[in-house]
Formats: sequence, structure tokens, C-alpha cells
Amino acid sequence: MNYLISHPLRVAALAGAHLELVAVALAVASIVALPIGILAARHPRVAPWILGTLGAIYTIPSLALLAVLVEWLGLGFAPIFVALVVYAQFMLARNVFAGVTGVDRAQVDAARGAGMSPAQVLWRIELPQAMPVLIGGVRIAAVAMIAIATLGGYVGGVGLGVLIFNGLTLHQPQMIVAGSVAASLLAIAVDAGLRAAERRAAV
Amino acid sequence: MNPASIRFDNVTVRYPAMDRNAVDGVSLAIAGGELVVLLGPSGCGKSTLLRTVNRLVPVDAGRILVDESDVGELDPVELRRRIGYAIQAVGLFANMSVAQNVGVVPSLLGWKRREIAARVDELLELVGLDPAIYRDRRPSALSGGEAQRIGVARAIAARPRALLMDEPFGAVDVVVRTALQRELVRIVSELRTTTLFVTHDVEEAFRLADRIVVMRDGRVEQAAAPFELFDDPATEYVRRLVHAGDDVYRRYFARGRELLRAP
Repeated sequence: MNYLISHPLRVAALAGAHLELVAVALAVASIVALPIGILAARHPRVAPWILGTLGAIYTIPSLALLAVLVEWLGLGFAPIFVALVVYAQFMLARNVFAGVTGVDRAQVDAARGAGMSPAQVLWRIELPQAMPVLIGGVRIAAVAMIAIATLGGYVGGVGLGVLIFNGLTLHQPQMIVAGSVAASLLAIAVDAGLRAAERRAAV
Repeated sequence: MNPASIRFDNVTVRYPAMDRNAVDGVSLAIAGGELVVLLGPSGCGKSTLLRTVNRLVPVDAGRILVDESDVGELDPVELRRRIGYAIQAVGLFANMSVAQNVGVVPSLLGWKRREIAARVDELLELVGLDPAIYRDRRPSALSGGEAQRIGVARAIAARPRALLMDEPFGAVDVVVRTALQRELVRIVSELRTTTLFVTHDVEEAFRLADRIVVMRDGRVEQAAAPFELFDDPATEYVRRLVHAGDDVYRRYFARGRELLRAP
């Protein structure tokens, strides 16, 4: 904890960069996952294949995936960013699928019967009602991504992982502790914030 | 506005999971302004037949004509906006207020905000709910009977010339059901909307119908005015279904009709 107290600005700056990395990756991942989840919800026969593939990707050890991505994209911001987007797909698309298929079928029937187009049924009925589940997916993904993003420090990226890996290299356990504690606090805060949003979105 | 005629012309619907046709060569002509009840047990094809009219169920053979135009050649979304639709599960949109629910078709049709608000209040009064109290409520804050009323109001909001109702009062107790049936008879005779009404309840069919269509295994068993059906059943199935020949039932059904139409 000493490092945290002696270098608050340094830790805060890295935490800020960490959060920024996760936020941008989460935004991009959400844009990708939304159509994937909707596609799965619309095609129940292929849904297990889509979600199964994403689940299989999720089980690839993160260091192994990062190693492959570094080969391909080089060191720095890119490999960890891509890894985060890829890992998040499982959690995000799964919740889009669960949220959309969980909407009361009678309401969907009534909406179609009232003359809503398929897009109107999706945007006016299904997605608004799936919102708590969608936010739940974002929350779970965000917490996992904050943890995974620390590996960015290993591949020349940004964020709290820099402290952890520098601490390992320099034999400075206090730096490792500072980085880990800061990442945990970040995850807890993001989790609490998104839980509140989830409750507000419930109808 | 003059009500729409509906004509089923040799309509057949197949479901892959079923070993027979869900609807099997049904032909039926419904005049403008008529209230026709499709009556039969679950699985007889009555709901499926109803849902072919607004193309929620595609037909495998035959065609459906609304005002002599083949619905198969119309845009389904446009078609559905012109036909009212109410279902047993009601399906009020949980993310919208009562007013937004009732006003959904007018808003899809591009009515002006002020016209929609006025129409919503008018409809809430028509179904016996005080607009000041109910307008801004959420569906989750309604009783079963209130929800069914809103469901009916939503179905007729854009003054459709035809109305499809699939057991719309199936989920409420008998007292509320009678009140809703009374209102439906009054509303339909005021609006002169052609109405197709699905039920498995023989008593309800006798109370509401200008004409009852008895269905069984995807086919029309008999289509006739209620007491024609009772006095002259075409098949043994119909005879047993309506208790033909039993004078107690005859008086009971007649009393039910009077009950709904008494001032």
C-alpha cells in the first residue's frame, strides 16, 4: 500500500488510462455484440452454434491469445484492445440473446399484430424491455475486462498492468500490490455503478 | 365508415410438427358488420384461421380476401394497422404507459399528437376507465380486467374496419367477463366493425355471435346463426357441443344473449 500512498497521482493516471482502455473496448465490443446477439435470438437453430463458438473463444487462456495477437499486431495498445473486444463478445452477445428472447411473447405478438415493422418491434418493444439484461451483460463484461486489461502491461500497453509488470521486473512488491488493489477498486466501483443503472432500467 | 367484408377461400395451413393440416380447406364469407364467433376446442385451428387474416400466420393454400382484395398481395405491416387485434394474454407493452399502449396504432399511422391524446381519452371512457386515473398508469399496475379493457381499446383505437379477437376475455373472472362482453356488443354495434371472435366457450359464443362457426380438426363443422345451430345441428359433434335438444340450455343461452343486450 505504501506505493499507493506515495505515488497517488501516478496510480490515478494509470487507473484513468486503464478505465479509458476498458471503456473504449467495451463500446466497440457492444457495437459488435448487439447484432450478433440479435442474430442468435432471431435464429434459434443456429443460436447454440453462435454462442458456443463465442464461449469456446472465451476459454482460450488470455496470455496465449495475447501472444498470438502480439505476433500479428505488434506490441502496444492494439493487442490488448483486440483481446478485450474478443473476450467480451461471449458475455455481451449471450445477454443480448437472453434479453431479447426473454421478452414476453404475447407482447411481441401484440406488437406485430398492431402493425409494427420487425425493426419497430425490436427497437420499441424488445430492446427497451431487454435493457436490464443488456446492462447486466455490460457490467459482467466490464468487470472481467478490467481484470484482463492488466495484462496490457505485459505487452507494452497502458493501464494498471504497467505497475504490476514493472513491479515484477523490479522486484517491487508494493508496486504489484498498488496496481492490483487499484484494479480491484476500479472493478468494484464500475460494478456498483452499472448495478444502479440496471435497477433504473427495470420496468 | 363502412365495415370490411372478409372471405376465406379454401384456406389451408400446415404446421411442420403436426400430422394433419392445422386449417384444412376452410371457405367462409363474412359480411361487413357481422360478429362471427369461431368456436371449438383447443387445437381445432380457430386461432390459426383468425391469424391468417392479418397475416401473422402464412397460408399454404387458398387465399383470404378483405374487401375483395387478397391479403397475400398487401403489405403485412400496412394490413395489420388497418385491422384491430386483441389476444387472451393481452400483451400490453410493459415499457409504455396505458395511453401509449392505446395510442400505438394511431401513432404508427402518423396521427398528430393531439388527435392521439383525444382519441385515447375517448377510448378509455368507452371501455369504462377514467382517463384521468388510468392514462399514465403502467400495465403492471392494472388488474386483469382493466388490462383486458385496455387491450380492447388498443385494438379499436385507429377505427379499424375489421377486428380480430382471440379469446380476449379468457383470463378474467365471470363477473368481469360479462361486463366486458356487454361492452363489446355495445362497441361493435356502435362502430359497426366486422368482428371475428375466437373462443372455446359455448356460452360465450351464444351470447356474442351473429353467427357461430364450429370448427374441429381444422375444418368447419357448421356455420350458422346461434339458434339455427342449436335447433338444427349439422353433425353429431355440433349437437353434443351445444347440447342441442336440451331446453334448459336453450333458455340459458337465450337468457345470456338478453343479459348482454338489456339496457
